[in-house]
Amino acid sequence: MLNLKKDLGLFVLIIVVGTVVALINPRFLSAVNISNTANLVGLFGMFSIGEAFVIITGGIELSVGSMIALLGVIFVDLIASRGVPWPVASLIILAMGILMGMAHGLLITRKRMQPFVVTLCGLLIYRGVARFYTADATAGFPFGVHFEYLEYLTTGRTDIVGLLTNDAYSSIPIPHSFFFMLIVAAVMWVVLHQTVFGRHLYAVGKNEEAARFSGIRTGRVILAAYAICGVLAAVSSIFLAMYTRSILPSSHGNFYELYAIAAAVLGGFSLRGGEGSIVGVVLGAILLQVLQNLVNLLGIPSSLNFAVSGSVILIGVLADQEYADFRERRERLRRLAAGATGAVPTDEPQAGNGMVAAGARIIDRER
Amino acid sequence: MSAIGASSAPSSSKEPFLRLTAITKSYPGVVALSDFAADVQRSEVIGLVGENGAGKSTLMKILGGVTTPDRGTVEIDGVAHEGLTVAQSMSAGIAFVHQELNLFDNLDVAANVFIGREPRKFGLFNIVDGRKLHAMVQPYLDRLGANFSSSTAVSRLSLAQRQIVEIAKALSLNARLVILDEPTSSLPIAETEKLLKVIAALKADGIAVMFVSHRLNEVVEACDRAIVLRDGRIVGHLEGDTLTHDAMVKLMVGRDLKVAYAAPASARGDAVLSVQKLRTRTFPFAEVSIDLHRGEILGLAGLVGAGRTELAHALFGIDATEGGTVLLDGAPVRFASSAEAVKAGVFLVPEDRKGMGLLLDLAITENITLPNLSAYARGLTISREAERVQAEKSRGDLDIRAPNLAVRTGSLSGGNQQKVVLAKWLAMNPRVIIFDEPTRGIDVGAKSEIYRLMRTLADAGVAVLMISSDMEEVIGVSDRVAVMHQGRISGILPRAQCREENILQLAVGKGMAKRANGAGHTQC
Repeated sequence: MLNLKKDLGLFVLIIVVGTVVALINPRFLSAVNISNTANLVGLFGMFSIGEAFVIITGGIELSVGSMIALLGVIFVDLIASRGVPWPVASLIILAMGILMGMAHGLLITRKRMQPFVVTLCGLLIYRGVARFYTADATAGFPFGVHFEYLEYLTTGRTDIVGLLTNDAYSSIPIPHSFFFMLIVAAVMWVVLHQTVFGRHLYAVGKNEEAARFSGIRTGRVILAAYAICGVLAAVSSIFLAMYTRSILPSSHGNFYELYAIAAAVLGGFSLRGGEGSIVGVVLGAILLQVLQNLVNLLGIPSSLNFAVSGSVILIGVLADQEYADFRERRERLRRLAAGATGAVPTDEPQAGNGMVAAGARIIDRER
Repeated sequence: MSAIGASSAPSSSKEPFLRLTAITKSYPGVVALSDFAADVQRSEVIGLVGENGAGKSTLMKILGGVTTPDRGTVEIDGVAHEGLTVAQSMSAGIAFVHQELNLFDNLDVAANVFIGREPRKFGLFNIVDGRKLHAMVQPYLDRLGANFSSSTAVSRLSLAQRQIVEIAKALSLNARLVILDEPTSSLPIAETEKLLKVIAALKADGIAVMFVSHRLNEVVEACDRAIVLRDGRIVGHLEGDTLTHDAMVKLMVGRDLKVAYAAPASARGDAVLSVQKLRTRTFPFAEVSIDLHRGEILGLAGLVGAGRTELAHALFGIDATEGGTVLLDGAPVRFASSAEAVKAGVFLVPEDRKGMGLLLDLAITENITLPNLSAYARGLTISREAERVQAEKSRGDLDIRAPNLAVRTGSLSGGNQQKVVLAKWLAMNPRVIIFDEPTRGIDVGAKSEIYRLMRTLADAGVAVLMISSDMEEVIGVSDRVAVMHQGRISGILPRAQCREENILQLAVGKGMAKRANGAGHTQC
């Protein structure tokens, strides 16, 4: 389940791309650039991890971007206009995220609706509500309003070397969003790869029916995955709100769900479910940011931004697929060569399954 | 009645258009069909009966041109072939209607009948000529006495009506011989009547019908004559007065048992699982009452579609029930999910091993520990070491043959896969284990091992319910046999009465009278 080879491949790809960019434009490795990229990786990585949990179950969550917009405007409104203390407001936002995720999960598991449909409706509804909430105006903080501690937590940066050596030496200041993403990733790594729930997630994603016949409450597992995705979208909505400081509800968070799906797919997740790792999705998020960065640094017209990301994902997934096919073919040849003598006849006439197979074949002739 | 060979087939002034002579086909280790001979004439309805593995499907494959016989000839209109190609079979007018219908239920009737052969119009634009299509299909439907039109969506048709669509398709291909493979096995009685009328209509049109069925009463009703197969050989031609239900049963049974079965060692204990008037979703009006005792293997026989798997799923909490009660050690239980059944120690080894029993992509270890993962958790995380210890133990106990325990379960042989499914449940504390077709697709060696395991479990005090369509297995393994027919228990036979003909009688519904006389089966 932990696909080390795939993760390693992705890591190497990031290093290669990074090296090439650094050679062409040394500013890639400048402290400011690294710090800024890390910040974006942190912001985007958090909700990508949430999306990954849904994708593992074989589902999809399309409303992440709209949730980020809606929860963002509500958060800003609560703390800036309504005077709600920010820790309370944060808890409200997290609870809302969980509820939205659970609503999706319940519709999918209890009402047997398709994840794509449910979350597509979520995408439309939340975006619409967000725009209505501010009457299509930008939600932001009044001039001079500051939340010192909250801002430090979400948008601050810490130079670790400087902190440890009392500023005798300095290194790159690491944004707190990146730290936070690492903490989320570490916790979620344990959850996905070490706990009973994580194993159940893989089982449900691989074959929901077989999981059910093994006594797993598949509905609850899927529900929990959507709830996790919801809460992580809520967390990133707070970070993003504090990062942008002003939210235009019609465009804030647009396409973020697609970004998250892309990160997961790059990271080795299958949209059929049951495959992928936390390390993979984090590496996927990093690669996507490096690519965006590359567009800026190499003087490629920024309008090509999406085109570059799309091409790299396409080529990456294609190469991975080809390699897997190649490996499988080699494996099959090896097995055939080894077991040529012990071949088992599969065309047994008495088996019930053979009957169906035969029927299918007889019918095949009509095509 | 037991005259063998085609020469004694009913004489008629008409020449047979299809003549099979000395057809023999072997597969490694088994002769599937041996010296089969038959003539087929216009307007005759021939029954083909025999148990699973008797050679019916091999015969159909040969007629369909899918398989070539090792010996023998297929003569069509006087021209002899040493086996048909698919194209020859089609042009000879041989058409199949299979149990698993091959219709597109998102399309209407007309589109299905002419799928791939639609009339076109507007030349290059290649538009389907809908009006012409319907006009072409309607006559076939009329001929078959269909009570639906060519524009009805297939999804709205009943099973029997869908079969009529398949037959219409066969007619549109100029069929001379329509082979119906188990057409009535999942039809309710009223629908069956309809289908039998259709067969009569085909006959009146000069088309020959081969009716392959386990429902012997319908064979008697529909067929002019019947060919009985056993172990690849024709064991009898029946027609006229000799074509009776009992005669067919007598001919079908009577094989020697080949696998060794372990005899029960312990006496039967109290009832562990007591099912009372349970009604499943598929058969909402049929009540099932049955007691399963500690230390016994209760065989559950019946035809495919008799409601056995549905009963198993209901007991395991997979499917909701329509009513009735289930007592586990005397206490009423209602499993809303399989998780609750598992917690109570009621386990199911499902029929579809690859789709439901196992996660083929996961390792052996992960499959074994899956139902009870929290038992391997140390604090919040799963201990791989604890899992490995259990898997090693299971491998030893059940003799699972695999290079190591981390291999994909899908790479194992059928027998070893089934052992992994078993290991999964034996790693917990079973009280009741339901086996649904436990040895389907498993080789003889592994079969014996599974039988031995089942017996060991029973002797250890587990109550075992075994659903099986393999007569030999049912009789060899079970301490008692319950037989289901159309969602009901049609009878329960103690071991002394577990003979093939008794089971078959009950399976085809012959024991119904006894049941109707008032709970005739509850005394066992």
